[in-house]
Amino acid sequence: MSFILLVEQVLNGLQFGIMLFLMAAGLTLIFGVMGLINLAHGSLYMIGAFAAAAVAGYTGSFVLALAAALAAAAIVGAIVELVVIRRLYDKDHLDQVLATFALILIFSEGTRWLFGSFPLFLDIPDYLSGPVTLPGGIQYPLYRLFLIVVGLLIAIGLGALITKTRIGIQIRAGENDREMIAALGIDISRLYTLVFALGAGLAGIAGALVGAIQSVQVGMGEPVLILAFVVIVIGGIGSMKGALIGAILVGLTDTLGGIFLPELLKLFTDPATATSIGSSLASMAIYILMGAILIWRPTGLFGARS
Amino acid sequence: MKLKSLMIAAMAAAVALPASAIAETKVGMITTLSGGGAGLGIDVRDGFLLAIKQSGRDDIEVIVEDDQRKPDVAVQLADKMVQAEQVDVLTGIIWSNLAMAVVPSVTAQGKFYLSPNAGPSALAGAGCHPNYFNVAWQNDNLHEAAGAYANSAGYSKSFILAPNYPAGQDALTGYKRFFEGELAGEIYTTLGQTDYAAEIAQIRASDADSVFFFLPGGMGIAFLKQYQDSGIDIPVVGPAFSFDQGILQAVGDAALGVVNTSQWSKDIDNPTNAAFVESFEAEYGRLPSLYASQGFDTANLLISALETADVSDADAFRDALRAADFNSTRGDFEFGPNHHPIQTIYAREVIKEGDVFTNKLIGPALENHADAYAGDCQM
Repeated sequence: MSFILLVEQVLNGLQFGIMLFLMAAGLTLIFGVMGLINLAHGSLYMIGAFAAAAVAGYTGSFVLALAAALAAAAIVGAIVELVVIRRLYDKDHLDQVLATFALILIFSEGTRWLFGSFPLFLDIPDYLSGPVTLPGGIQYPLYRLFLIVVGLLIAIGLGALITKTRIGIQIRAGENDREMIAALGIDISRLYTLVFALGAGLAGIAGALVGAIQSVQVGMGEPVLILAFVVIVIGGIGSMKGALIGAILVGLTDTLGGIFLPELLKLFTDPATATSIGSSLASMAIYILMGAILIWRPTGLFGARS
Repeated sequence: MKLKSLMIAAMAAAVALPASAIAETKVGMITTLSGGGAGLGIDVRDGFLLAIKQSGRDDIEVIVEDDQRKPDVAVQLADKMVQAEQVDVLTGIIWSNLAMAVVPSVTAQGKFYLSPNAGPSALAGAGCHPNYFNVAWQNDNLHEAAGAYANSAGYSKSFILAPNYPAGQDALTGYKRFFEGELAGEIYTTLGQTDYAAEIAQIRASDADSVFFFLPGGMGIAFLKQYQDSGIDIPVVGPAFSFDQGILQAVGDAALGVVNTSQWSKDIDNPTNAAFVESFEAEYGRLPSLYASQGFDTANLLISALETADVSDADAFRDALRAADFNSTRGDFEFGPNHHPIQTIYAREVIKEGDVFTNKLIGPALENHADAYAGDCQM
């Protein structure tokens, strides 16, 4: 286990975590402000990736593709909020889960109907492809560095939006006491639509960014959605800071666990058993992490409400 | 009210009409038509229906149902087809775990099952059944051929990876059964994993001279794109599942030049295959994949058996199936003692024809290859 490999894996974990953050940020905002469990968040991720693949295929421009992903997911998010989600705020969580699960099925089959069953092509633009050499002789894909930088910029931007702007103050007020801000004359339903579209747009852009190195296909959002839920549970529901820390923790645990657990077990048993037990343990690692954090802090790392 | 009852009567008549036309053979196809793996099921279905259409027979009725890649749904559909629809033959399942859930129970009920794709080792060895025929391959076959190809290409140290589930374990077992070199590393990934940065870093850190991977569907697309972007130039070998016609376009340049193993390729030189490729493209507007060829061969096997025997005479029908007297898109085709194919498996290379990524034959990797489990089958 060389130092170079270790650094490379830490970067991989960081990159994975930051992409998870983009998903988790929207999810935690929507849950925090509106008290809504949105299972269809993974579909918005998929919509972003498909919109990006379609636009990239048509125009050949990656920047336009990212813009299209953001716009498509945000617009679909706003429409879904106006048509469906709006009716769910005063329902209990079971109704919300059922309705948003139905949305997953509708979006998946709708996307298949529009784009077909075969995965689409979305590739990294030439100026971001290939490896770069980092200090210390580490070869690392440029695109993954780009993902880390873009993700961090979005995180900083979101932080500024929440803490520094008027709309951010309204969002935070909405998390604390929605009746009160409605009484103060703030158009709460407009705020809800805006927050939902913002969360959707973040998911869409994550889908497009990740779609370029993975596969753009129907159902791509659901595995990420599960991890994003783990992230917000670890970070504390409704907390943006918690989502960032939680996402990076999950990313690092998942990536590093997959390598070091088998290596660690090789000290005790033969390689074949170590590999199979280690990889099984590694796939459980993030859930073990979640369990441990919930025992220590039942509301998550930064969860305010008990 | 009157209008409504009239409409109901008309609908009932419309439903009753096709049933009154005599369909002598009923085929139940359970396959994956929705969700992430739908491309495979759609190709098998389209290949199968194309062969039925070309045969011109209107006495074969095919009932197609979507299993959503879920074993419980597949079992329900199988029960419905056997009990309510009373089908004679079942086919269509793509995934080994679904096949394990359905095949033993339907063959035990006296129905025939023709597998157009899944070939789990349990059904090839001790769990074989006289009414179960596999028209595609035993799961290990293409991986064994990849191991054999790696020997002939002069590779001596392979890094191998596959998802941690039964077909993934079969894959690495199959490769190791034929590969004579040593292993630089062996990794089981999570099923459904889409980010391979950690594995690629380990490949980079190893001193392998070749990489073998079995990552079907979206997993393979993600791996190949990320592998190319990492700048590692160790050659890759894999089974055809990550290089079939349906997903090559999504992989793009990252797949160019990769050698993969398959029992079928669109340029295998025989008249049946040429006609199949041409008619499939004309009918559906896309190139066929190996899954489509397997669906097509399955239907032609069924039709050939129906020409010599009636499905109600199970023994005669089984003998007719075993004879495999049909023109396969693969050229020569025969069944081994456990009703799995004995066939040549080829090495193919990914090329670009105009704008379309596709495969070109290099040559046979394993000739007239049977599977390793036939000896365990007591039929």
